[in-house]
Amino acid sequence: MSRYKDVMARKNEIMKRSLGIDYEKFESGGIAFEYEKMMKETGYTLEEIVKIQREANVGNTPLIELKNLTELARKVSPTGKAARIFIKDEACNPSGSFKERRASVSLYHAKQKGYKGVIAATSGNYGAAVASQAAMKGLKCIVVQEAYDSRGIGQPEILEKGRKCETFGAEVIQLTVGPELFYVNLMLLEETGYFNASLYTPFGVAGIETLGYEIAQQVKERTGKFPDVVVATHAGGGNLTGTARGLMKAGAVNTKIYGVSVDLTGLHMASDKDFNRKSFTTGHTGFGIPFATWPDRADVPRNAARPLRYMDGYYLVKQGEVFYMTELLAQLEGLERGPAGNTSLAAAFSLAQQMENDQIIVVQETEYTGAGKNPTAQLTFAMQNGIKILVGNPDDEIPGQNIILPEHPSMIKAREVYLLNLKKSYIKNCIQHFGLPKDDRDIKFLAEDTKSSQEFVREIISEL
Amino acid sequence: MAQKGDWVKIKQVILEPSERSENTPQDTKGTPLTMWVKGLLLQDGEIGDTVKIKTLTGRVVEGILVEINPRHIHDFGNPIPELIKAGIKAREILYGGEEE
Repeated sequence: MSRYKDVMARKNEIMKRSLGIDYEKFESGGIAFEYEKMMKETGYTLEEIVKIQREANVGNTPLIELKNLTELARKVSPTGKAARIFIKDEACNPSGSFKERRASVSLYHAKQKGYKGVIAATSGNYGAAVASQAAMKGLKCIVVQEAYDSRGIGQPEILEKGRKCETFGAEVIQLTVGPELFYVNLMLLEETGYFNASLYTPFGVAGIETLGYEIAQQVKERTGKFPDVVVATHAGGGNLTGTARGLMKAGAVNTKIYGVSVDLTGLHMASDKDFNRKSFTTGHTGFGIPFATWPDRADVPRNAARPLRYMDGYYLVKQGEVFYMTELLAQLEGLERGPAGNTSLAAAFSLAQQMENDQIIVVQETEYTGAGKNPTAQLTFAMQNGIKILVGNPDDEIPGQNIILPEHPSMIKAREVYLLNLKKSYIKNCIQHFGLPKDDRDIKFLAEDTKSSQEFVREIISEL
Repeated sequence: MAQKGDWVKIKQVILEPSERSENTPQDTKGTPLTMWVKGLLLQDGEIGDTVKIKTLTGRVVEGILVEINPRHIHDFGNPIPELIKAGIKAREILYGGEEE
């Protein structure tokens, strides 16, 4: 057997030891599993998480009203109206992003269970969050990054995140592109016996519930009501899932929650050639769509992040719109922040124009910025990789070929993805993986997991 | 020449092209899965030598020495005039243009 297959064959046993969760307990033997029971029994209550996060200096971040961007939206809106836009300044967390909410709970758990260190496989802000929390808790930390193409050239944004992890004393493993990152992760877990600080455990997702909870409370305190819409940048699904659960726990049950990704259609995420032809390393369709339609593709047997369960809408924005919005946030609001939150901010700017002046739309995160993570760094890198930077209509942008900065703010658009199609493909993927539903439990589960009805699920299945 | 105790970067091929996963796209499959990691050098060595390092978690890893005291080279890039102009235009829309 090849060394690759050899390690992959031990996947389940390595996972079990490195997580300490027996996922079998929640399985039904079919499509269904007990999601809420998993979240409850393996995780922590919201009150416990608030306490864990306070002790780790995480959360309780400011909510900022973007008055100038709201005013600009009203100036360019076809109706002259736009909702008030707020942003949750998650860059104020110790490592500069909301990801620390996830990391703080995972690492608290790892420390409680006596693990000596943690491993996270991520090229994103989560690595820095895990490294920062590990430093705070005296745990060792390895971050595994997909960082380079076969020429050894890496995106400045990823290199910056690697630097930050190293600053916090973490060991950074940098790899060339490819799905075998998971294999390296498993080998390291086996070698070190460290905790698998996966993004997709119940701890990681429950850690974000405080974000939704804080948003509901802060908006209510400031305006006397809950927000009408919360927009979340969507990649692996944890951000949206955790935020939605937190909003609901705060009583904001009528708040709509929308996911937003950067449109990178046509670029293959594991392709050596495409790797450096994209200017976004997360929050894009390369993660957003596969993780919505098949969440259990994650590095844990059952993903705690289940976006279709909570999503009321899903929108795409273009790369050029996000860079443009990052510039506007700096120039009009005096806030220099990274691309992740600005993905949903670009969509919010457009969606606000379809709402009334007294309504409220909240962008639920910002992230830190700096060398490598700045639009100037990313656009310079794009040009070096043969991407044309143009000014015009972002509708004409072709991922991997050009980046089109809008000629006018009225051109920023949130392009709707039909949730119905995503729900259908999720159901199809479940059936492909587990076979047809065995009983009503499976139908009920699919209805819950797609925020639809049992009739809808039955109808989809009969069409297959 | 790097000396024992220097902060260095090494490289190691994890999987040769023939060993790569079946679900890897064709262009990626033609290349080896390569890893870079940094640590303190456990012996003297030249660039290109196979050496051992101790990483920040205390692991001992072997690989080819590629860089001594590796520098973070990412930066802020070049100014992007299109973005600067976008800011000017947005301010004009919001606050009105300057009077001539």
